[in-house]
Amino acid sequence: MMCDDAGLLLHAYLDDELDAASSAAVARHLHDCSACKARYETYAIMQKALSEPALYRRAPDALRAQWTTPVAPAAASKVTPITVRRRTPVAFAAAAGFAAAVLLSVPAWLHWLPSRGADNAIVAQAIAGHLRSLQGEHLLDVVSTDQHTVKPWFEGKLDFSPRVKDLAPEGFPLVGGRLDALDGHSVAALIYKRRLHVINLFQWPAENGSATQVATQEHGYTVIRWTGDGMHYVVISDVNEGDLKQFVLAFQNEANPLMAR
Amino acid sequence: MVPYLDAAYNLAHWLARNPSDAQDVVQESMLRALRYFDSFRGGDVRVWLLAIVRNTFYTLRSRTPQDALHDELDEAVHPLIDDGPSPETLTLLAVDVGALQSALERLPAPLREILVLRELEECSYKEIAGITGQKIGTVMSRLARARDRLRAELTCRPKEVRRHDVR
Repeated sequence: MMCDDAGLLLHAYLDDELDAASSAAVARHLHDCSACKARYETYAIMQKALSEPALYRRAPDALRAQWTTPVAPAAASKVTPITVRRRTPVAFAAAAGFAAAVLLSVPAWLHWLPSRGADNAIVAQAIAGHLRSLQGEHLLDVVSTDQHTVKPWFEGKLDFSPRVKDLAPEGFPLVGGRLDALDGHSVAALIYKRRLHVINLFQWPAENGSATQVATQEHGYTVIRWTGDGMHYVVISDVNEGDLKQFVLAFQNEANPLMAR
Repeated sequence: MVPYLDAAYNLAHWLARNPSDAQDVVQESMLRALRYFDSFRGGDVRVWLLAIVRNTFYTLRSRTPQDALHDELDEAVHPLIDDGPSPETLTLLAVDVGALQSALERLPAPLREILVLRELEECSYKEIAGITGQKIGTVMSRLARARDRLRAELTCRPKEVRRHDVR
């Protein structure tokens, strides 16, 4: 590899965005070329410096308060007299307009904000299902790395046809499937591996199309839920959250070519 | 969407470079996000929201023309110098958060946003491509330019860095 080629790849290498082969090639080049190695180290220092938490601008509390708790009309009227004194009329009008917008959109919010109780139950059940699947010989009902064997296996066992994709090229080989139950539904469970880790992906048909992706950490497991293409998906594993997000991305891209841009 | 309020504000703040404009951008973005939620086609909510924040910032800025032109011209004036000082010198500068912050703020918006998305927001190249509507290759080359430029800002203009700090 020449230094010119290494120039761009150096950054992808630093960001862990290279495939194994290119990654090895860059590592080899860095070993041989002291100039490139010095540049790489400089970038690494800068990257580390930029991860300094003081540089991350968190949303001010006032802004957060506006967007997290939909203000009840009584509370809003109690608060306004105090703000009137401090703010100019224009700012107040803007604030009032904004409060009105928030109030008007409350129904949208309620529909949207994760309904905590039900979701926690799903997370707990997903963890239970994941743990049960790891005990004894319960993990797989159908053992196959071929999506065209796993998908037909579900036929007649479920009232829907689950999406089955082999993600081996992305580093998540499909190892099989089984039936499971979650939230009172029969669900399809697909089992993937990430190195030695087991990933369980549950799916069942969705009635409404809310598409918020939510990641939760519990008992050392990462659970990511999302809805897409008319299906609810819950994926759980003990791999780190970044890997699991990558899995979700890979699965979504596979499931919906339009998103692959 | 609310879980990503910090992400939205962080990007808005680094783009707008002051808290009050950043708040305006976030407010407007959140309202837009609510309005256009129907058009959300699935995928990552964070990417979707950050793309809205970015678009909102550029639309709002184009309404009040200011340093846009300056930003683009600025890039031509300062060519990249490849042999900078040793990593040790840089370490000293980079650990100084104030110097780092002002160096980042001096970068033109397209370079600044990509560094913020990659290093502060820890987006993957693919996510950045989704947010900025660029190809992955463009993301890569722009990120390389941004890092070179930041290094130059950190090391080649130390006087200005110091002056900036005092102010």
